[in-house]
Amino acid sequence: MSFIVDRCRRLMLAAAIAAPLASVLPAHAADSFITVSSTTSTEQSGLFNFILPIFTKDSGIAVRVVALGTGQALDMARRGDADVVFVHDKAAEEKFIAEGFGVKRQEVMYNDFVLIGPKEDPAKVAGGKDITEALKKIEAAKASFVSRGDKSGTHAAELRLWKAAGIDLTTAKGPWYKDTGSGMGPALNSAAAMNAYILADRGTWLSFKNRQNLGIVVEGDKRLFNQYGVILVNPAKHPHVKVEAGQKFIDWVVSPSGQRAIAAYKIGDDQLFFPNAEKPVEKQADTKPTAKKK
Amino acid sequence: MNTFSDSLSTALALLLQADAHLYAIVGLSLRVSLLAVVIAAVFALPLGAMLAVARFPGSRALTVLINGFMGLPAVVVGLGVYLLLSRAGPLGELGLLFTPTAMSIAQAVLVFPLIAAITRQIIEDAWLEYTEQLQSLGASSWQSALTLLWDTRWSLSTVMLAGFGRAIAEVGAVMIVGGNIEGVTRVMTTAIALETSKGDMPLALGLGIVLLTLVLALNAIAHFIRSWAARNYR
Amino acid sequence: MNAMPTPMFPLHVRGLGFAPAGNEILTDINLTLETGSFTAVLGPNGAGKSVLMRLLHGLLAPTSGTIQWGELETRPQQQAMLFQRPIMLRRSVIGNVAYGLHVQGVALSDANRRAQQALERVGLAHLAERPARVLSGGEQQRVALARAVALEPRILFLDEPTASLDPAATRAIETSLADLHQQGTTIVMVTHHMGQARRLARDIVFVHQGRITEHTPADEFFKQPRSTAASQFLQEELP
Repeated sequence: MSFIVDRCRRLMLAAAIAAPLASVLPAHAADSFITVSSTTSTEQSGLFNFILPIFTKDSGIAVRVVALGTGQALDMARRGDADVVFVHDKAAEEKFIAEGFGVKRQEVMYNDFVLIGPKEDPAKVAGGKDITEALKKIEAAKASFVSRGDKSGTHAAELRLWKAAGIDLTTAKGPWYKDTGSGMGPALNSAAAMNAYILADRGTWLSFKNRQNLGIVVEGDKRLFNQYGVILVNPAKHPHVKVEAGQKFIDWVVSPSGQRAIAAYKIGDDQLFFPNAEKPVEKQADTKPTAKKK
Repeated sequence: MNTFSDSLSTALALLLQADAHLYAIVGLSLRVSLLAVVIAAVFALPLGAMLAVARFPGSRALTVLINGFMGLPAVVVGLGVYLLLSRAGPLGELGLLFTPTAMSIAQAVLVFPLIAAITRQIIEDAWLEYTEQLQSLGASSWQSALTLLWDTRWSLSTVMLAGFGRAIAEVGAVMIVGGNIEGVTRVMTTAIALETSKGDMPLALGLGIVLLTLVLALNAIAHFIRSWAARNYR
Repeated sequence: MNAMPTPMFPLHVRGLGFAPAGNEILTDINLTLETGSFTAVLGPNGAGKSVLMRLLHGLLAPTSGTIQWGELETRPQQQAMLFQRPIMLRRSVIGNVAYGLHVQGVALSDANRRAQQALERVGLAHLAERPARVLSGGEQQRVALARAVALEPRILFLDEPTASLDPAATRAIETSLADLHQQGTTIVMVTHHMGQARRLARDIVFVHQGRITEHTPADEFFKQPRSTAASQFLQEELP
């Protein structure tokens, strides 16, 4: 008899330990990650693979990145399917805030766009520093040009640059202008296959492997500056947003340690992203020390 | 042509290195698609069998509908499931978006018409042979359907494999509802799509060869089990 | 157990016709079957014998006329039918025999016991665990007979059950049928085999061009049939 009693007691003990664990663990596990909707450029350049493990190690919060075009990434957040947005289209981001979907936009870093083109350079633009000049020449030569055409941040930047060059695409468009409706990588693949010019972010270009006959033809123009911003999705619109963990992530990327991590990411000798959260466009209200330091 | 030889050696290296990262992706692919086929079969097998043995109002229309839905584009399925599971959607409360479960659901929806339609065809052929005998023994439509499902099990196992093949090879739907999140929802096909967009063709094709090898191996195993079982238990 | 037999006999068939889409197959069939009878249905190919069996068994619905089982208002369950080609399910022999019982809601252990008994009656108990589909045609037909017998039918319909069997298998089936009949099962059988009809049947129904031309005791029929169609048929069939 005694062994039965003994066994019962042990079972009860096990249950007493297991029950609170079972009730706590799933909730805890569910809270220990956030979903970030971001752009293909940050994901495919390898930046997130480099900086996120550092954040996760510090905070215990895993970051799940869904990489889309900036337009799609913002839409995904509008539907409440992300906690944080990390994109690069200031106008679209400000609209997102104005609609009440985002709490606040904070600038994080920038990289730059580069104009990619074939070695033969049919429009004779290589080596130039003036992007609008280059675009005018491409249009005049009717040289093949691949556009993302997917409402991404890069697409928006491209359209702004055409406008700055004084070219109205609605009338200038022809067979030379190829609207591919695809992400950065697929668009680069298309450009490589068609020997076309294309506007790309430097990060994706540096990590892109299927370059074939393509190379950088124009870089360094101030107008090719590409600012990234980070926004917490507004819990007033979507109550399930993980405010605390999401804010922790945002605080970290703009903190000195987050900024250092961004600056440290390189492909070969090239630094891909330049942190610039220290010189904010608007006054940052949040100054409390954030990420745990060792 | 060196892309192809590169890919072959990449594939071989991937398999030989037994890279834990790759195996996790392969494992997730298998898990997601197997679950999808199981979910789909639970509903599609009885439906296909009932459509074969019973005539009820709308059964013909349903048959046409299911046959037509075999050609359902994966992206459309993905979009539909995304809108359902999105926080703003009717099932948003479940928080299933960007999880392997969501991917299984999307694949299940995708292969459901395929399994139901081919099951109906197989059962209908068997039904022509069995109908008098089963009715004579007093079997109801429902009992006949179950009997025929069991009696055509070897043929139906091929249908399951076809469904599994379509599920595991699919990329459009799982990309949308899974989000291709590394370590969480990245499967073979979305990894291939990602490497392609990074322009790493040898790695992409190498992963493709791994996927193909995997599907072939599974089919071979299933084939041998089936022919062994069929030989011993006709 | 069934001390008081339900009044499902005599079976009265009145003015029965079967004409799907106006295509006349059977016309004005009138027939009475008493309990315990053994009736052979004879006639040339295409006369409508198989259709008659299916109408009586209830697999087909008549387009005119009535089938009246004794004083019952509906088709009784205690009947079974054997087809020319046995359909074996992809499962064991005993599984096939127990199947009909499962379908009718008999409990599992009870069904297996009754299936085992039925197999013993047709002499196939030793094959119980074999997959049914690997058996020979003759063995399969005997399994089908066991499956019918297991239901303990009061009437058994057979549609040329031995048409594609060898003499040994035919003999085994005939022995089982004679045995069943002796124990009180009413039997109606379509056959092309005159010797079989002579050996087993007590009375003969002769079908010609969709009509019954006569229903006579077997010994009388083989001595001198009443209808000219039947006598012509016998002259051609018998040496």
